Amino acid sequence: MTLFFVSAISIATVLLYGCVGEIITEKAGHLNLGIPGIMCMGTAGGCLGVSLYMGQLSSPEQASWFLLVLISLLFSLVFAAALGGVYALLTVTLRCNQNITGLAITIFGNGATNFIMSFVDRTHFDPAGKLISSSLPFAERLGGFGSVVFGHGIFVYLAIAAAIVCAIVLNKTRVGLHLRAVGESPATADAAGINVNLYKYVAILSGSALAGLGGFYYIMDYIKGSWENAATIEAFGWLAIALVIFVLWKPNIGILGAFLFGACFIVAFVIPDITPTQREIIKMLPYVVTIVVLVLTSIRKKREHQPPASLGLPYFREDR
Amino acid sequence: MEKQTVIELRGITKRFGASVIANNNVSIDVKKGEILSVLGENGCGKTTLMNMLAGIYYPDEGTILIHGEEASIRSPKDAFRYNIGMIHQHFKLIDVFTAAENIVIGMDDGEKYDIKSAKTRIGAMSEKYGFHIELDKKVHEMSVSEKQTVEIVKALYRGADVLILDEPTAVLTPQEIDRLFEVLRAMREDGKSVIIITHKLNEVMAISDRVTVLRKGEHVKTVNTSETNEKELADMMVGQKVTLNIDRPLPENPELRLNVENLTLMGNEGHLVLDGVSFDAYSGEILGIAGIAGSGQRELLESIAGLHHLQEGRVTYYNPKKDKPITFYHKTFERVMELAEQGMLRYTDGREFTGKDESGKALSKKAICAQVEAGEILFKEDEVINLREKTPLQIRELGVRFSFVPEDRLGMGLVGNMDIIDNMMLRSYRRGKSVFVDRKAPEDLANKIVESLQVVTPNTHTPVRRLSGGNVQKVLVGREIAAGPRVLMAAYPVRGLDINSSYTIYNLLTEQKKSGVAVVFVGEDLDVLLALCDRILVIAGGKVMGTVDARKAKKEEIGLMMTGAVVGEQEKQEGGSL
Repeated sequence: MTLFFVSAISIATVLLYGCVGEIITEKAGHLNLGIPGIMCMGTAGGCLGVSLYMGQLSSPEQASWFLLVLISLLFSLVFAAALGGVYALLTVTLRCNQNITGLAITIFGNGATNFIMSFVDRTHFDPAGKLISSSLPFAERLGGFGSVVFGHGIFVYLAIAAAIVCAIVLNKTRVGLHLRAVGESPATADAAGINVNLYKYVAILSGSALAGLGGFYYIMDYIKGSWENAATIEAFGWLAIALVIFVLWKPNIGILGAFLFGACFIVAFVIPDITPTQREIIKMLPYVVTIVVLVLTSIRKKREHQPPASLGLPYFREDR
Repeated sequence: MEKQTVIELRGITKRFGASVIANNNVSIDVKKGEILSVLGENGCGKTTLMNMLAGIYYPDEGTILIHGEEASIRSPKDAFRYNIGMIHQHFKLIDVFTAAENIVIGMDDGEKYDIKSAKTRIGAMSEKYGFHIELDKKVHEMSVSEKQTVEIVKALYRGADVLILDEPTAVLTPQEIDRLFEVLRAMREDGKSVIIITHKLNEVMAISDRVTVLRKGEHVKTVNTSETNEKELADMMVGQKVTLNIDRPLPENPELRLNVENLTLMGNEGHLVLDGVSFDAYSGEILGIAGIAGSGQRELLESIAGLHHLQEGRVTYYNPKKDKPITFYHKTFERVMELAEQGMLRYTDGREFTGKDESGKALSKKAICAQVEAGEILFKEDEVINLREKTPLQIRELGVRFSFVPEDRLGMGLVGNMDIIDNMMLRSYRRGKSVFVDRKAPEDLANKIVESLQVVTPNTHTPVRRLSGGNVQKVLVGREIAAGPRVLMAAYPVRGLDINSSYTIYNLLTEQKKSGVAVVFVGEDLDVLLALCDRILVIAGGKVMGTVDARKAKKEEIGLMMTGAVVGEQEKQEGGSL
């Protein structure tokens, strides 16, 4: 049972990064379907950081937890933000179709990640993964409760913190008000003196950077540094986008939603005596639930539960 | 004592593209503590002029002086800096935000973001000017009048001393207008300047201190309201009559073709867009519809074409079918039986067609179809078809030959990315029984239209969006006319067209009229309406103001009717008697 909760929280963390990142982007009116690719890219960046840091040490034992986390975090953020920047340039400045651009970014991100990982030195991934996922020392002494609540690496808590901070910023601050205004009606925001494009860029870049951490967490923490290809991360990316709809664009609900999705995903591996077919059916649950939520919210038509009004639409001041 | 001048516009000129001059050398001034009306017909450049004060557009020539100093207003933010606030016709509010959030948005006063203290400040301000506002109400739950209040408070909260309102009364009820005017007067007392863009003369007289009249982008005159009257203002607005050379034969044997009665349509924002509109259209005449833009012209035509769900009213089409055989234009067998039940049908030899044979036994579907196809069944009288609650497709299947040239050419009329031939097929794709569409006939039609209307295009395979406005219009009108209509409805068919293309369209409409079509023409240029039409229906605010004989009517008379002056007075009397 403890294992189930711990695993669910781990998967939830991957999804939560992607989900919060996508929420920030969507609140600025940009449907970023590039998030799966950007999550891959964040993975590549983080892994590159890990390998560069570990590579210059004489032995893996010398590695400092703080430096390892900091360097890999920065690399991951920068790489993910860079690909997010391409998306922003294409959709904000050049006003390309967001859906097509996003899909292209995802395909590119996936491929580029496989390419980068092909030459990254992975010899020290195993000790690095153990270090990054190390939890507070007293966690295990507290039994099941301790490992569920305290038994995770730093990135789990960062994700929850990011979601809470994001919720507060969106709902309680001027910046959040302006960002929501940009996503609802850029023309209104513009007329009110808000720098629409600046808000869009900042939202897309920070959302992308955050999402990238999800992929990196999955590789380094959850599966402790083993690497096959970017496809799994991309799959999580799509699930994260579904999660955004499921939690109705609210990052704080996103924490619970991510846990639920994570549980749905992991439950298939925990139930004993289950055929592969049944397992795949259970893994579909999150998507089914998302579709149900979509249908319910469109039937109820409550304005607060709809996507930002200008989601997917390019904004050009002289266009009227 | 002369009031202090706040804003001076000196020689302002604004062009859109090479040929369209929205404002030409306009000079006006605004004084502190006054209400100035900017009056003019649709398209005279009044909104454009004010948009230059609000930072939406930048003038090509001329200067703006604020408190005597030259000002450069390049964005709405600049306008706020000069304490100018504008309330646009389409509110710039965010639906899912509360009133308070909408008011504080975009304001960065360096202080901590605190919606509570902002609310206190807004509350104090509302009290001062007498606003009724619920700060925690979401905008999408508000009425139009409440939204407008939020917009005004928003501008004042930003410290606006000059408030520009673009047609603020267009969507308000008389009571709401009274309340708005009270607020505006309170603001005037407080030393603020208010500019109202409007075309309603009675409101100009009621609220403003001075009136600036614009016509075709030029400044006609600025007068003190107390020294003028509605008649004089209307004359200034419409100007001298221009004689146009449009051939206008008298209608021949007009027959009632379309009857519209008490048409009432509710708009999205909950007010009546059409309010009890009734009129008749006859074959062989052109019925003009005049009115300020947005008075319900578009909705009226769309309602007739079956695109709106009507609250009330009837649309009846009179099909000249007397003694003519029923054809399978009326596709359905059910329709034949329905007409038979109404006693509308007879055989060629005079016997009534009831769907039964002599012994009273019902005829089989096959037998009836055979009789119809052989042309043995005729109409006794002209067919009367009720069009209310029918979709455009149903209307077509009933054999009603409507053609509709909508205002929005590339939105509703044609598909911009498709070529001329494909656009022709939009009207004929249902013909024939084959799985594959017939491309030959539309291609011939496209070539015919290109040739006869001199459409300038590389070939008929060019996407229509690449053609110029006039050529797009020719393609659309050509297609609609080629359908052989009995009723042709055209909304602003010459908008944006040069003079030659316009005349091509006028001639096409006149030709249709000569061939017995009932033409309904919605226009904006009164000179054209007066020269082209036989009768003109004038509407204002969704109501019919009256119908005039286009051969005798005076331009000023129509201009006055269009501004709803008559209605305004009536309503005032009603209000007074309450």
